[in-house]
Amino acid sequence: MSQRITIDPITRLEGHGKIDILLNDAGKVDHAYFQVPELRGFERFAQGRPAEDMPQITSRICGVCPTAHHMASTKALDSLYHIDPPVAAKKIRELLYNIFFVEDHALHFFFLGGPDFVVGPTAPKAERNILGVLGKVGAEVGLKVIGVRKRLRELMTLTMGKVIHPVFGLPGGISKPITKEEQQKFIATAAEAVEFGKFCLQIFDDIVLKNKQYVEYITSEAFTHRTYYMGMVDKNNKVNFYDGDLRVVAPDGKELTKFPGHKYLDHIVEHVEPWSFMKFCYLKEIGWKGFADGPESGIFAVAPLARLNASDGMATPVAQQAYERMYATLGKKPVHHTLATHWARLIELMYAAERMQELANDPEIINPKVRTIPTQTPDEGIGVVEAPRGTLIHHYQTDDRGVITQANLIVATQNNAARIALSVDKAAKSVIIDGKADDGILNLVEMAFRAYDPCNGCATHSLPGKMPLVVRVFDAERRLVQEIRRD
Amino acid sequence: MSKPQVGFYWCAACGGCEEAVVDLNEDILKVVSAVDIVFWPVALDFKRSDVEAMADGQMAVCFINGAVRSSEQLEMAELLRRKAKTVIAFGSCSHMGGIPGLANLHGRQAMMDEAYRNVPSMAAGNTVYPQEKSDVPEGSLHLPTLWETVKTLDQVIDVDYYLPGCPPPVNLINDAVGAILSGQLPPKGTVLAPDISLCEECDRKDSKPVDLSLTEFKRPHLAESDPQKCLLAQGFLCLGAVTRKGCGSVCIKGNMPCTGCMGPTSHVVDFGAKALSAMASLAAAKEDQEIDAVMDKIVDPVGTFYRYSLPASLLHRRYQPLADGGKQS
Amino acid sequence: MSDNKPTQGQFEPRIVAFFCNWCTYTAADLAGTARLAYAPNVRVVRIMCSGRLDPQFIVKALREGADGVLIGGCHPGDCHYQEGNYKALRRITLFKRLLASLGIEEGRVRLEWIAASEGEKVQRVINEMTEVVRRLGPLQLELRSRLNGAEVVTEPHAEGVPQGGRV
Repeated sequence: MSQRITIDPITRLEGHGKIDILLNDAGKVDHAYFQVPELRGFERFAQGRPAEDMPQITSRICGVCPTAHHMASTKALDSLYHIDPPVAAKKIRELLYNIFFVEDHALHFFFLGGPDFVVGPTAPKAERNILGVLGKVGAEVGLKVIGVRKRLRELMTLTMGKVIHPVFGLPGGISKPITKEEQQKFIATAAEAVEFGKFCLQIFDDIVLKNKQYVEYITSEAFTHRTYYMGMVDKNNKVNFYDGDLRVVAPDGKELTKFPGHKYLDHIVEHVEPWSFMKFCYLKEIGWKGFADGPESGIFAVAPLARLNASDGMATPVAQQAYERMYATLGKKPVHHTLATHWARLIELMYAAERMQELANDPEIINPKVRTIPTQTPDEGIGVVEAPRGTLIHHYQTDDRGVITQANLIVATQNNAARIALSVDKAAKSVIIDGKADDGILNLVEMAFRAYDPCNGCATHSLPGKMPLVVRVFDAERRLVQEIRRD
Repeated sequence: MSKPQVGFYWCAACGGCEEAVVDLNEDILKVVSAVDIVFWPVALDFKRSDVEAMADGQMAVCFINGAVRSSEQLEMAELLRRKAKTVIAFGSCSHMGGIPGLANLHGRQAMMDEAYRNVPSMAAGNTVYPQEKSDVPEGSLHLPTLWETVKTLDQVIDVDYYLPGCPPPVNLINDAVGAILSGQLPPKGTVLAPDISLCEECDRKDSKPVDLSLTEFKRPHLAESDPQKCLLAQGFLCLGAVTRKGCGSVCIKGNMPCTGCMGPTSHVVDFGAKALSAMASLAAAKEDQEIDAVMDKIVDPVGTFYRYSLPASLLHRRYQPLADGGKQS
Repeated sequence: MSDNKPTQGQFEPRIVAFFCNWCTYTAADLAGTARLAYAPNVRVVRIMCSGRLDPQFIVKALREGADGVLIGGCHPGDCHYQEGNYKALRRITLFKRLLASLGIEEGRVRLEWIAASEGEKVQRVINEMTEVVRRLGPLQLELRSRLNGAEVVTEPHAEGVPQGGRV
């Protein structure tokens, strides 16, 4: 008879989940399962919707990263209508997208995953959260974080209409230009964001890297897996969130493949397990070999650490410096320590802030021409971006009126799903000894998934169910009189 | 004197409502100094067992967002109802069903086949589907039952108030929190938003003519739009005329039409039917063929008019045909 | 509410009719005084104009047990209020498309122009529609919503009533 410890719900992430830890009689963990218990059905109910509604419909997959879905969807519409937006529109989209990256990565560090380090992984439950962080870092720092986030989001509202569930994406451009006066706000907040990026890296240095115990956690085998890594890169193989090709490197760092997003079906396949609604992605080239890491297994990772691993560097100077420092500290590329994702995330935050500054100062962004009206007949479109939590793919097929006939969504956290399963299992096996699992120990297990900043809402857009057998008996008046079910 | 206890929970939701609370920014510090947040999975580590351990009515208020479409979501809704004196349905999903409510256009079987068989990226020949109970080498694992029909929160528990919007606008959240803390809430069942339509607060209202008579409806991606003029007057399906105000008409400020996330005013029973009625009335066409041509431009009436409110509507969902009745599939 | 008990082994549809005061309702009266027998399956609600017909009435009727809804108004050009019937035509044309996408069969909702003098048309339309709906069968919304999966919970709250501003 085995025991069971259930963490329900898992906390400080987006979405629902539970971790079921099955132990044997000796109190050792047999296996820990990361289960996602929810589904909503976007891939199905997208059918029948006008494609131009999809940027606003799919943003409801996730209210933490709605901009990611909105952007992937908008790019899919460009592809669907075979239309290239004006340069100003593309730059504005990338500008807003990087603003989103700064504030979303900051949200994760201060609100979601970061509290484990700032306050401590086994600190009392009531303190392991943003309020505990504010208590630790002080009111001044706290207000700075809140203030920067507020101003970034005000800019997003200004141009995208809404910050939670943007409206501005259209095939061929965006709905609203940036004026000269507004540009000044972007420039001012960009400067603040760049300082904030440096500030976050400094906090990580002071609070995490200078803490021996934390560094031990980060480099421990318990939180390490050696998988493939995927991320979007520009033509110089530098990290880019908005546009580029997808590059995959092997556990030893060698490039496995590099492909444009619209060829994703040649490389990414989905796998299903009966114990979770979330699908697991793996590499087609390698194949599904079960829940194991290493070069023989098709399991791969996405999101900050993976993006840095899969790239040759960052395209902006301060971020590049931070990138070099991380690899100098943690060893050669690729770094396999899952918790290092928190560091990589702040390096990406730095890049996003610098990129925001580049684009905010670009004279092209105040060009009033931000739209081209589509003229071609829609048929099929694919849009790919890097969401903060990983590679995000929207794929639509429509009839000639542009009404969706089929939609496929490969959502960031799905790409990480298999590795998250590995991480949670390994962490549980390492930290739960003799069946003892208090709140602090269970939090260490949760930290194994929190590094990925999973978006379970995203990952569970699709809807499965059961296969009932139903026999229906009708009477002469054609009314249903009996239903026999096998559910 | 201990502070009142407050909880937040999400059912079939996206997390946007959580973000809206965080968007209180500095005001959230005022909130946390006035109340103790005792359950909020996105931000705090309190677990379900902590809620189960509470006394009934221990929480002064619980805000629940998200639609209800699984056994687990029902259990949590009922648990939180017991443990809280006041329950507020927060956001479009709990208020009217929200975007997840569009799943009511399909059956569970169809959705399962789409996700686990039809999508082009699914492993070829896959026959594995998630199960409520699955056996693994180490034991058995369980998943909640997913329902055929998505429901609003008040279709499963007693709800005291509603905060509409996708997500609720920050100023309305602030007002609601203020009303709660000062004990000045309106009668039970009230929607905590102004009871008048969006046109009233829209910047463009002066350009909305008294008599609207549209020769065509336009889809936003296929037509230029004048950023100063009333969107409805230009032929775009802006539902602001039938939607509650309170959001600052931000979508219109973004140059896109209102899609109705705040829901209708209190005089309306079925939002989608009313919204459709209002828009159809505005067409100028009189002949059958003309009318058909104009309505052909509204390629997705149910998605347009019931986008956030299908579960709350009087029909709730799409109906499967009987074995030998009806011609629809 | 929508399971009509059989009389002599036949399903008797329940149809709600909204007739405009000036034309169709008058025609129905005329049918009555002329002793034109028509199927007893229709419950008539008098409204002042077909343009008063709010599509919410249609869904409310279907929800509350009607198997079909018939709307009667003046012929185009003859509306007592000039244009009310055109409004009705536009609304109902679009609404029927929406109802189809919700699985409500064609034939359950019908709009007819019936002038004040057309008592025979009232008889014909009511008889026709009764047979059409009889062939379609009872609406049975509750049963049909359960066809693909068992629901755990029934809805405890009143349908369609704005409770102090519920919507």
